[in-house]
Amino acid sequence: MSERINILKTYKIYIGGSFPRTESGRFYNPMNAKKESLGNICLSSRKDFRNAVVAARKAFGDWSDRTAFNRSQILYRMAEVLEGRREQFIAELMQQDSSRKDAEKEVNLSIDRLVYFAGWCDKYQQIFSSVNPVASSHFNFSALEPTGVVAIVANKDSSLLGLVSYMAPIIAGGNSCVILASENKPLCSISFAEVLNASDLPGGVVNILTGKKSELLSQIGSHMDVNAVCYTDGIKDELIQLKEASIDNLKRIKSYMYDLTTVEVENPYIINDFQEVKTTWHPIEVIGAAKASY
Amino acid sequence: MKNSIQIPDFSRSPKVDQVGIIERASRFQTRSIKNESKIQALEMVLNMIDLTTLEGKDTIEKVNQMCYKAQHLHDDYPGLPTVAAVCVYSAMVATAKAAVKGSGVKVASVSTAFPSGQTPFSTKADDTKFALDQGADEIDMVISRGKYHQGEYNFVFDEIAKIKELCGNQARLKVILETGEIGTLDDVRRASDIAIYAGADFIKTSTGKIGSAASIPVTLTMLYAIKDYYLKTGTMIGMKPAGGISTSKLAIHYLVMVKEILGNAWLTNKWFRFGASSLANDVLLQLEKQRTGGYQSKDYISID
Repeated sequence: MSERINILKTYKIYIGGSFPRTESGRFYNPMNAKKESLGNICLSSRKDFRNAVVAARKAFGDWSDRTAFNRSQILYRMAEVLEGRREQFIAELMQQDSSRKDAEKEVNLSIDRLVYFAGWCDKYQQIFSSVNPVASSHFNFSALEPTGVVAIVANKDSSLLGLVSYMAPIIAGGNSCVILASENKPLCSISFAEVLNASDLPGGVVNILTGKKSELLSQIGSHMDVNAVCYTDGIKDELIQLKEASIDNLKRIKSYMYDLTTVEVENPYIINDFQEVKTTWHPIEVIGAAKASY
Repeated sequence: MKNSIQIPDFSRSPKVDQVGIIERASRFQTRSIKNESKIQALEMVLNMIDLTTLEGKDTIEKVNQMCYKAQHLHDDYPGLPTVAAVCVYSAMVATAKAAVKGSGVKVASVSTAFPSGQTPFSTKADDTKFALDQGADEIDMVISRGKYHQGEYNFVFDEIAKIKELCGNQARLKVILETGEIGTLDDVRRASDIAIYAGADFIKTSTGKIGSAASIPVTLTMLYAIKDYYLKTGTMIGMKPAGGISTSKLAIHYLVMVKEILGNAWLTNKWFRFGASSLANDVLLQLEKQRTGGYQSKDYISID
């Protein structure tokens, strides 16, 4: 009897809730430290990025209108689905140079982080909103609204945790996003897209591209329909490149250097960073001026 | 000229090879368009748009707003053309006419009990006369699809011919087949022939009021009807796909198709139009992309 041939997985990108190949037809072949190929990975083009932004923009309205409770349920569901597939992620992380111990830790942290931010969905609004003192007889209150489409440049050294740690707060706050996965460790990003796809997350809220930062950073910066960027690699030249490209719409660019393996990244300020503040004036009767008619 | 043309038996209109049409249609969508041609095509698309509002909730202000947009698509971009026409209900023709005065933008009025066409002919005639009295430059009439399906081709033909007579020299007549209700491509071809021989200046796919709107295969079938008529008589007929064309890319595919089937003569807004409300903004986004190099956002373009 002949030996069975392994069926290797084709890693494709994730746009609008489906898994297309890059429209450019290009691919690249990242290696691990042992010089083993990780597979043919889509080398996304700027058109893929554009398509992903269109999908994200389309999904934004519905996602931001969902109740906080519902967003929370869906984030929690992601954690559940990820938990059920932990062995697959551990195997992929080990293929990408992690030890078993580190891989297990990374998957555990990723799951916990989803649960952590699931919990924040219906709480950050109370923390960051305010009733403001004003000199006239008005209620003056400031409430948060999601900023829109956020581009996330996922951490280059982490295949899963870097992506999850910033995606979670950004979508918890009602934004939609386009994620550029780690260039050299892209495997978990696409497997994670399968988790998203099985978690009742509406298509387009999260879109994941694989490819090269060198090709896409300036596109991310210059795209007028991207409202904010989350960048976590801490490379000064890349940050300058992003900021220079965004000169036309002055989008918000946030750079983080949190240690992903500690709880310092678990804070609601990341949610707050991708919110706009809307302040409303509402007239009130001046209680103090009322006579003793009651 | 037209009087000398023999009216064919419409029950024997040419049959359409559906598989062939779909195959041919898909090939228009694989052309590579270079940047310079793209800019030219996009500006041409803008100049071919019939900017349309056909809603029960239309107000004078809404129509005025749209007419302003028709003449000032995006003032940040120098040298843009105006759209070809604004398309409104007959009650809004006078408003639109005043709003576009002197700009070269035409005013088209939908007519003949748009969109269903289910009224007596006298009502349809009054509807048309009113629009003409108000100064409409173009009349977009619907055909009686019910009568068509009952096989009463002569009735359909006569209605079109009578409306054409009312239009006289004042207005060009566009005949809406409502292809989504007409049925197969064979029917599209037959209805196109009826409309063309009855005196249509333009044939138009859809009202935009039902789910199924313009598509490339349907438009291709209608273009072939126009081509056959042109080869037979030397008379040009215009084409207007309407509804469902909301992206620049798709609009350019339509232009490619028109060029390849009918030739350059049809590539002006005298002979080809897009009926659309959201297409213009997408074209503006693409033009700005070509000009600035960066992908654009709807946030920076007027909604209507």
